[in-house]
Amino acid sequence: METETNGAALRVRALRKSYADVEAVNGLDLDVHEGECFGLLGPNGAGKTTTIEICEGLLEADSGTVELLGRAWKHHAQALKQDLGMQLQETQFTDKLTVRETVRMFRSFYRDPRGVEETIALVQLEAKANARVGQLSGGQKQRLAMAVALVGNPKFFFLDEPTTGLDPQARRQVWDLVEGFKAAGRSILLTTHYMDEAERLCNRVGIMDRGKIIALDTPRGLIASLGAEHVIEFAPAEGQRGPDEEALRGIAGVRAVRAEDGHFQLHVEHLHAAVPAVLAELDSQGVTLAELRTHSATLEDVFVSLTGRHLREN
Amino acid sequence: MKTEHRDRPLPQLTLVRLLEFIREPEAIFWTFGFPILLAAGLGIAFRNKPADIVKVAVVAGESGSAQVASWLRRDKALQVEVLPEHEANLALRTGGVSLVAVPGAEGGVTWRYDDTNPDGRSARLLADDVLQRAAGRKNVVPVNDDRDRAPGSRYIDFLLPGLLGMNMMGDGMWGIGFSIVDARRRKLLKRLIASPMQRADYLGSYLLSRIVIVTTEIAVIAGFGTLVFHVPFRGPFPVFVLICLISGFTFSAMGLLLASRVNTIEAVSGLMNLAMLPMWVLSGVFFSSSRFPDFLQPFIHALPLTAVVDALRTNMLQGGGVGAIGLPLATLAAWLVASFTVALRIFRWR
Repeated sequence: METETNGAALRVRALRKSYADVEAVNGLDLDVHEGECFGLLGPNGAGKTTTIEICEGLLEADSGTVELLGRAWKHHAQALKQDLGMQLQETQFTDKLTVRETVRMFRSFYRDPRGVEETIALVQLEAKANARVGQLSGGQKQRLAMAVALVGNPKFFFLDEPTTGLDPQARRQVWDLVEGFKAAGRSILLTTHYMDEAERLCNRVGIMDRGKIIALDTPRGLIASLGAEHVIEFAPAEGQRGPDEEALRGIAGVRAVRAEDGHFQLHVEHLHAAVPAVLAELDSQGVTLAELRTHSATLEDVFVSLTGRHLREN
Repeated sequence: MKTEHRDRPLPQLTLVRLLEFIREPEAIFWTFGFPILLAAGLGIAFRNKPADIVKVAVVAGESGSAQVASWLRRDKALQVEVLPEHEANLALRTGGVSLVAVPGAEGGVTWRYDDTNPDGRSARLLADDVLQRAAGRKNVVPVNDDRDRAPGSRYIDFLLPGLLGMNMMGDGMWGIGFSIVDARRRKLLKRLIASPMQRADYLGSYLLSRIVIVTTEIAVIAGFGTLVFHVPFRGPFPVFVLICLISGFTFSAMGLLLASRVNTIEAVSGLMNLAMLPMWVLSGVFFSSSRFPDFLQPFIHALPLTAVVDALRTNMLQGGGVGAIGLPLATLAAWLVASFTVALRIFRWR
């Protein structure tokens, strides 16, 4: 991998933060390269938001260092804030102000901001510029949050679960915006618990669990680490005994077999070769199927294979 | 568009505060409409009454009822009704009459009234005097009445400075407290401090917007009092303005203090009511605070609303300048500095 030393827009070392009885962040190292979109992927409670809020200067770490754009929060807070754009989880802007008034207020805090109209156009809210925030849809509110993040003309973006709770169309609009920042060469740290989002937007992904990064690579690299690009899932018909897992493991091209609640999951290299072989084996064991599905391996499969748990279980 | 001018943060934040205020119809009503309705209502109820009629009931069916009623009717200040006894008693209990005359045997009369009620006592004195004179009593000492009804000694003149003070308290505390807690609840405060906004600009915008709102509010209420009720402004006007500005700032600082840590509208409402209740009762808005016992007086005079109301009355009614209101002004300044200092120290931005 790249080893450039001055290419890190964000460098985090040995970060720790605990609350009363929880170690939210537990010795985390992280580099976001310049111009890169880095995704922190993990289930709720993995420590993503705590990590990003320490990087944003909103929380103080118990120990460890954060160096952002070559500077530390302790001595350069005001200068750093000028260079950052961020979208926090759960910010609700004032209902009674219009989109334009909200953007204009935030714009007044920056030394070298974008124009108000230009910013509103960037997030495609021109038609809603005079609408009160209280009248916007969820997706429009999120685009307003993006406009507020953009108006200061930042070098680094923090996006904390930018599409949580949005409908598919609104998610796509937010993704287009993020791709726009990337195209403009800005660095981004993004948290999400949607693997499709991480796969689509991120150059590299760190999978986070219990306050640590447990795997870090490009989305393709992480999936490749499974040693198998496809997943076969099946469930035996009701009342049937399960198949012999050892026999399934013996099939050529099958890398892993997992059983969970009567469902079986096989990671396989080549779908066209594995599916007939698996079906033949099940047939020979006398197992009939209630369901059979296949999909390309995703980051979800990576997470499950690393932790034995699903991303979105509680 | 590239050369779009740069707005300054403080004016922008102040503008936003004012926009939030004028887009809240209820805030407009409580700030401007309510005090005017209250002043109008109380001003009319307690207007200087040539119609200061005392209502008296005479119990019917006794032998002297007709005689007593006709004697009492000789004075225009008495309005006399002849009622069956249970109706007369009911009217007394519900405030319909202040006094009941029960004619007794041999031309005697029993006065029935509530001696803890000033209206009852004065009705008894007046009716007794009328009755005795009608029955032929001669005054031993000759007396004359000289009535002075100059503006300034009426209830509305006493009331209006009280309403001004109460309104500045309510709006100052609510205007700041509600808005800050709402921003904290919305996580907007957190978003703002994540931006390069200066915290002093944020708090300063509240003070500036209060100046604008307090000035308008005072102009509307005081203007109404002068135009409709001819409430006097005898003192130096700049001193009046000074009192209003210091009051506005003091109550804003107290609102800031109460809102400095809480997260919910319910919690801040409770705190506000708790802080304001003693002042509503004790600070002499509707009646003079000197009616409370002596041991309470030092406490009452330490309350900021008492200081505001005293200073306004001294200025408006007695024509006092700065020299006459040194103590209330010092009290207010102490509250202002203490509240603001503590608020800044314990304020929670997240």
